[in-house]
Amino acid sequence: MNKVENNKAWFLVLPVVLLVAFSAIVPLMTVVNYSVQDIFDQNTAYFVGAEWYREILQDSRLQDSLLRQFTFSFFVLLIEIPLGIAVALMMPTKGRSASLCLILLAIPLLIPLNVVGTIWQVFGRTDIGLFGWALTGLGIDYNYASNPIDAWLTVLLMDVWHWTSLVALLCYSGLRAIPDAYYQAAKIDRASGWAIFRYIQLPKLKSVLVIGILLRFMDSFMIYTEPFVLTGGGPGNSTTFLSQTLTQMAIGQFDIGPAAAFSLIYFLIVLLVSWLFFTTISHLDKAK
Amino acid sequence: MAEIHLKTLAHSYSANPKSPGEYAIREMDHVWEQGGAYALLGPSGCGKSTLLNIISGLLSPSEGEVLFDGQRVNELSPAERNIAQVFQFPVIYDSMTVFDNLAFPLRNMKIQESRVQKKVLEIAEILELQNLLKNKAKNLTADEKQKVSMGRGLVRDDVSAILFDEPLTVIDPNLKWKLRRKLKQIHEQFNITMVYVTHDQLEAATFADKIALMYGGQIVQFGTPRELFERPNHTFVGFFIGSPGMNFIEVERCEGGVAFSGQAVPLDPGLQDVLSQTSSNNLKIGIRPEFVHISTEAISGAYECDVLHVEDLGTYKILTVDLAGNKLKARLDEDQFVPEKKAFASFPKQWLKLYVDEYLVEEDEK
Repeated sequence: MNKVENNKAWFLVLPVVLLVAFSAIVPLMTVVNYSVQDIFDQNTAYFVGAEWYREILQDSRLQDSLLRQFTFSFFVLLIEIPLGIAVALMMPTKGRSASLCLILLAIPLLIPLNVVGTIWQVFGRTDIGLFGWALTGLGIDYNYASNPIDAWLTVLLMDVWHWTSLVALLCYSGLRAIPDAYYQAAKIDRASGWAIFRYIQLPKLKSVLVIGILLRFMDSFMIYTEPFVLTGGGPGNSTTFLSQTLTQMAIGQFDIGPAAAFSLIYFLIVLLVSWLFFTTISHLDKAK
Repeated sequence: MAEIHLKTLAHSYSANPKSPGEYAIREMDHVWEQGGAYALLGPSGCGKSTLLNIISGLLSPSEGEVLFDGQRVNELSPAERNIAQVFQFPVIYDSMTVFDNLAFPLRNMKIQESRVQKKVLEIAEILELQNLLKNKAKNLTADEKQKVSMGRGLVRDDVSAILFDEPLTVIDPNLKWKLRRKLKQIHEQFNITMVYVTHDQLEAATFADKIALMYGGQIVQFGTPRELFERPNHTFVGFFIGSPGMNFIEVERCEGGVAFSGQAVPLDPGLQDVLSQTSSNNLKIGIRPEFVHISTEAISGAYECDVLHVEDLGTYKILTVDLAGNKLKARLDEDQFVPEKKAFASFPKQWLKLYVDEYLVEEDEK
């Protein structure tokens, strides 16, 4: 049979093409446009090529916050993934208590980001916040506004509080999808609790964990609102993460060119890390 | 290896069952002898998987006892009962190789690695898995996976019994036959009690020496495939076994036997005696389509009927006739003349069965 060429079909994808163009491609290209020009005002702009990129990559402010950002995301994943799995494993599987747990877990996910920041800002205060007050009461010298380590721990704790639920819910759904026969077979094979986790649950959770890790990496790598509200990036620059550095540069100092170059590098890092992670996992899967 | 005795066993999934309908397993007493190959046959939802899980210990019966060689095992876990069970969908440990899968139960028992090696190789050879030992288990085909799940049961020494829960459901038809033969072979080699749950009568008949037919939480008949075919002791057995199932015609008492729509069916005096001892009016006669005799001429004792349709199934034909308002099926041989419009059906006496309250009644043997 001859293949019928029907170019009218292209018109059917046109709405989507337009939508994507306006939502993603046009804004992105604007940024690309800014990143290669030095703009003084609406009528005065010079093409500078890769100059901004060169400059921004050598900027110690960016390097510092990039390092800070990787450290932060690393700890977020290190804590939230195992904790999320553990919570999912401990959750009841049926009845009212299961629904109750699901609702409780979903609550942090429903709170707007700046509200989360505010909650923790108050919560951590030593005078009126329960958390800060209790720590001080226990004789621990805690002040997130002046001590960088305390600030870090508070931001990390806030993120764990906010987002572990997501990992737990993903894992919970993954665990529910394991047929009973697996547990029954394991029982018959005399598998220990650890062996059941290691050889049944963990392998079956793999796909949801890949999604969970990717989501948590991307989200934590782009974190902005919560630490901004909580610590404002301080004390000093200790909790100033990448997106805040970027915002300062773009809106605070109005360095549009370097900020645009910065944005693109930022975007490429997220893309690259996610891609590396995903392909590595898929390749490991294919290997015999 | 063990004889499995289910003693006054009953099970309900609700905590306080009141009506018999709440029981998944109605009270039963049943013995699976050591070394037998049994099939547990029945329609979906009749309780066969429940019964299997009670035997293996995945489920604890609400009433009665499970005895292995006379020892009560109600409180023992499946591992302690030393049961192997193969599930409907192959259960394999995805992340392990075939070898590790087979070795898994042994390693869990902390058996010396050299013995594990030996045992796994031995079982792999029997199951013809020796070339796949190094492969990741998740890349296997469905029948290979099912062999691996079976192998995990076989590697253990002295398995009490192997239970199969519809193990061939996901297997391709041409491999089903192969795998079923393998099961038979293993049964002969190891002399292990095997209980095989299925809803497919052909599978049950080819695998098992004896079939337990379950219906509504009860074993309604336990016998060889031939017994189930020739002497179904409950109308359900007649209906479920055979393709098509047994013909049943509702009848009432009359002089010298029973009758339907004014047509008399004479019964032997012995059977008449038995019938006179019951008062029930739920009477049926049953005859297998294979035993209905069809002729084109009115011979004595034959009933006139209208031919409805004929299905040609290749090596034989199924004739459906209308006999005074009752639909009747008869199996005709390939070369047998097929009557059009009118036919005469007669029921050879030795194959005509009488059912009172759905149960078979027979002459008392003297």
